[in-house]
Amino acid sequence: MSLLKYMLTGILFGFVLTKAEVISWFRIQEMFRFQDIHMYGVIGTAILVGLISIQIIKRLNLTDKDGNPISIPPKDSSQKKRYIIGGTLFGFGWAFTGACPGPLFALLGSGITVFLIPILAALAGTYTYGALREKLPH
Amino acid sequence: MFEWLIQPWPWYVAGPIIGLIIPLLLYLGNKQFGISSSLRHTCAACVPGNIAFFQYDWKSEGMWNLVFVLGVFLGGFLGGYVFQNPEPIALSAATISDLQNLGLSDFSGFVPQEIFSWGKLGSAQGLVMMVLGGFLVGFGARYAGGCTSGHAISGISNLQLASLIAVTGFFVGGLVVTHLIFPLIF
Repeated sequence: MSLLKYMLTGILFGFVLTKAEVISWFRIQEMFRFQDIHMYGVIGTAILVGLISIQIIKRLNLTDKDGNPISIPPKDSSQKKRYIIGGTLFGFGWAFTGACPGPLFALLGSGITVFLIPILAALAGTYTYGALREKLPH
Repeated sequence: MFEWLIQPWPWYVAGPIIGLIIPLLLYLGNKQFGISSSLRHTCAACVPGNIAFFQYDWKSEGMWNLVFVLGVFLGGFLGGYVFQNPEPIALSAATISDLQNLGLSDFSGFVPQEIFSWGKLGSAQGLVMMVLGGFLVGFGARYAGGCTSGHAISGISNLQLASLIAVTGFFVGGLVVTHLIFPLIF
């Protein structure tokens, strides 16, 4: 039962992604062509609300529902290459598939079965990264 | 009364709800909002081999994330199938015009069926868009240590320089494919 809350949160996220058409290849094209505010509005307001929420949690030292202090581990900013190279490669894939990982799963759920293929390919990409990790510049 | 379940939601409704998932996951169990880790957990669960990157206790670290992603799948089923919006997406006229110039004519549904279909999988274009595209999403997300949820939304919300660099990369990559590669493969 402790996992049910994560499933419900995931359903909320998948539902919102779908209703806001964030899972649409067309919307991603519109974004990369700077032709509508829609995607920038979604991402921008999500960041704004996330930023305010995290500031409140940190300043008030809020705890989670079990009373444990909330800790948000920082990203490792000493590495740079991995974010530049990995980020750009991810961007290539984002434009080709029109979907980042969340939308991939929501698209499959919406009944577009062929998105099983990009998901399997993404697993292969993850596996390949794991296998080559030591040899890649970070 | 239930029109809002069918109709598309504007960005100023959807964005803030997505943003609230960050504190919701922190409150529920001190979890960091992110999707692409689920791909690593799946590799660790199914084919760890002797690769160090996949040798960890995926159940304790990642089970919540796999369940979360299962929820995203179900949310897509509810939003895109059960409560499907029958209308085509209200894209800007400029985007439709640009995509028509690339040769697309069907703007119904979430994705162009002229590209994303089982029948297209054997074509060079289908392979690039679905297989290479998917591969780069998985490879790039792990290389960069996160995807749109982990870096663009959680990371920038937490004022992480690393995430700002990664997201800049996401956009540079997306712009290159859209404006330089698409004219070559369509």
